[in-house]
Amino acid sequence: MNYISIKNNQTIPVADIPVLDYQQFSETNISLLSKHADRHCVNYFGYIQGNSIKLVSCIADDTSHEIYISSCLVDSSKKLESMSSRLLCFEKFEREIHENFGVVFENHPWMKPVRYPYNRADKSSVMDNYPFYSIDSEELHEVGVGPIHAGIIEPGHFRFICNGEQILHLEIQLGYQHRGLENLFLQKKKLLQRVTLAESIAGDTVAGHTTAFCYLWESLSGFDPKPEIDFYRTLALELERIAIHTGDLSAICTDIAYQLGSSVFGRLRTPIINFIQEWGGNRLSKGLIRPGKTQFPFTKELGDRLNEILNDYEPDFNEMCKELFKLPSALSRLERTGTVSYDDVLNIGAVGMSARMSGLLRDIRTTHPYALYPQLNHKPILKHHGDVYSRAQIRREEIWQSMAYIRQLLKDIPESKANYEMPIKLKPNAFSISLVEGWRGEICHCAITDADGDLAVYKVKDPSFHNWLALALAVRNNEISDFPICNKSFNLSYCGHDL
Amino acid sequence: MLDNLKILYHQGKQFIPDVRTAKVPGIFRGRPIINSHKVNVTELVDLCPMNAISSNPVSIDLGKCTFCGECALRFPEKIKFTTDYKISTNERERLIVKEGDDFAIEVNPVTVRKEIRKIFGKSLKLRQVSAGGDNSCEWELNAANNVQFDMSRFGIEFVASPRHADGIAITGPITQNMAKALEIAYNATPDPKVIVLIGTDAISGGIFADSPALDRSFLENHRVDLYIPGNPAHPLTIINGLLDLTRKKK
Repeated sequence: MNYISIKNNQTIPVADIPVLDYQQFSETNISLLSKHADRHCVNYFGYIQGNSIKLVSCIADDTSHEIYISSCLVDSSKKLESMSSRLLCFEKFEREIHENFGVVFENHPWMKPVRYPYNRADKSSVMDNYPFYSIDSEELHEVGVGPIHAGIIEPGHFRFICNGEQILHLEIQLGYQHRGLENLFLQKKKLLQRVTLAESIAGDTVAGHTTAFCYLWESLSGFDPKPEIDFYRTLALELERIAIHTGDLSAICTDIAYQLGSSVFGRLRTPIINFIQEWGGNRLSKGLIRPGKTQFPFTKELGDRLNEILNDYEPDFNEMCKELFKLPSALSRLERTGTVSYDDVLNIGAVGMSARMSGLLRDIRTTHPYALYPQLNHKPILKHHGDVYSRAQIRREEIWQSMAYIRQLLKDIPESKANYEMPIKLKPNAFSISLVEGWRGEICHCAITDADGDLAVYKVKDPSFHNWLALALAVRNNEISDFPICNKSFNLSYCGHDL
Repeated sequence: MLDNLKILYHQGKQFIPDVRTAKVPGIFRGRPIINSHKVNVTELVDLCPMNAISSNPVSIDLGKCTFCGECALRFPEKIKFTTDYKISTNERERLIVKEGDDFAIEVNPVTVRKEIRKIFGKSLKLRQVSAGGDNSCEWELNAANNVQFDMSRFGIEFVASPRHADGIAITGPITQNMAKALEIAYNATPDPKVIVLIGTDAISGGIFADSPALDRSFLENHRVDLYIPGNPAHPLTIINGLLDLTRKKK
């Protein structure tokens, strides 16, 4: 076999991953993905091993619920034939490997910097000399926006090429948020420090990223999941989904200047995050999720309280949705704005909402289930137009779905509390992968341990890593004035991408 | 039209009438109290992931603390987090809570620059700059402007251009890649201007403090007027901090 099949959250010895030569490696991965819409690359990364670079590829199969891992050793001075020239979904991964280690991929369609990490291979490549695409024409003009934007949001630079009011091309330059996070996972030795890092990957996806970290850590420790811990995490993930989706609907209303929707959805987010604070002491779930622990007791009283909050939330939410989703002036801004086709989301490897909006099923809760999702029997919500309206609809319907899941979970609140000490040393020379469906989409954490059982590699992939390209495609041929609404409807993470 | 009125009616009154005395629900972790109970101090100091706890006397630096509450869970007889969210101050040392301290953390009116209260006492417009912020403090800053917290009722607002601003509000540990843009935004802001640091990451670098990807030289070159701790800072902490800085206590 050219690859090894594992399940989500499974740990295997690194030695079990087949090491191929690059030719075989690329053929294997390309043939795994070609003509298989039910497979996608969840991670493809490199790390230094001796004098060479080890490349590891993880292809998830949504039908068999397995992940195919393969690897190869390459010399950074050698030129490699890029896989992106045949399958576009590898483009960002190859750019990252090139940026980090200087590996040259020939015939790559778009070899641009990813995030300017402090330890990049080529220090002469700096933020100020990003090689923007440009078109020489007297008819066209360029518009540059950012890194600092008008609102209170994270930094990133957007460069538009416009024909009058129409966007021909958008290029997104990121990296402003780069904090050296992956290396800090290795440098910080305390588990509590590492879990704090996981909480800081993206402050709007605390439950998502911390859950991925915890399952990964537990798997590498040989700790079996406990149902009471799964309960806590599932609940936190679905609460986070409701909270952020509600906030996003508010933001979408803000960007079409619909004041009522903006205020009502904005205020509806508050009771949900205030409940997270009642439970764990922090509105954004920080400090709530820990490996091997149910950190803050979820009592019967909290369950009643949450039911009460959802019962209050639901009629107000529905009333506002009913109004928004039938208002002609709102619909005319949402429908057919910022569309991405099924073929495009498939080709670029989009995940989560950004795939489901165009009819592509990508939802780890169904395809690689973890926590309590198997028993919730999750059915992903698919839309088919790939426009702002589809993305708004997904949010509305996922909120309904999450409320139903939470109500079901609350019928059976586990009595027992978990407090297991996690070992400081993990299984030595092991590889593990953890996939979690955050509210944005699939979060993937991978780790490799050294001979002493300490972390040697920690790799984080936020769904935004793929989905920024979906935004760039979405705005093509739209009016530039529709950019904010397109951007908000994706609501991608800058820090999750820049790490 | 009637539908709209119905929706408005169904929301009831959402705004918090008095943001200075409002209670936060549940087990919010605000200003800690450390009592004189004897515990294994080495273990306590070692427990903190942020190195925010020191010994002799035992103290917690809220500029480094992520308010994870681990110390209070492990040493409940020694450390307790109160729900006091008014923890912003203009002096860095005031963020260090020592054993036995049980008094409010406040802005020291003596050391506030005179022009701040004179000029910004009734209106303060800030340009927010996220420099490696993880989008949690950004969410809370946006929340401070929602219909519940409604910070703009005090004339405090966030504006799009630094040229329209009276100061810069920084979130995040200040990354190398963002350092230049931050400096440009600051220089574009007309004098007199304030600098506000929001969140643990901005105040001390947080969990990223010793990362080589940061460049915090901006803070060595400019005076900080207000520290608003939290991970993220609560909207009530933000509003009360800004009010304390810009106007006299009523």
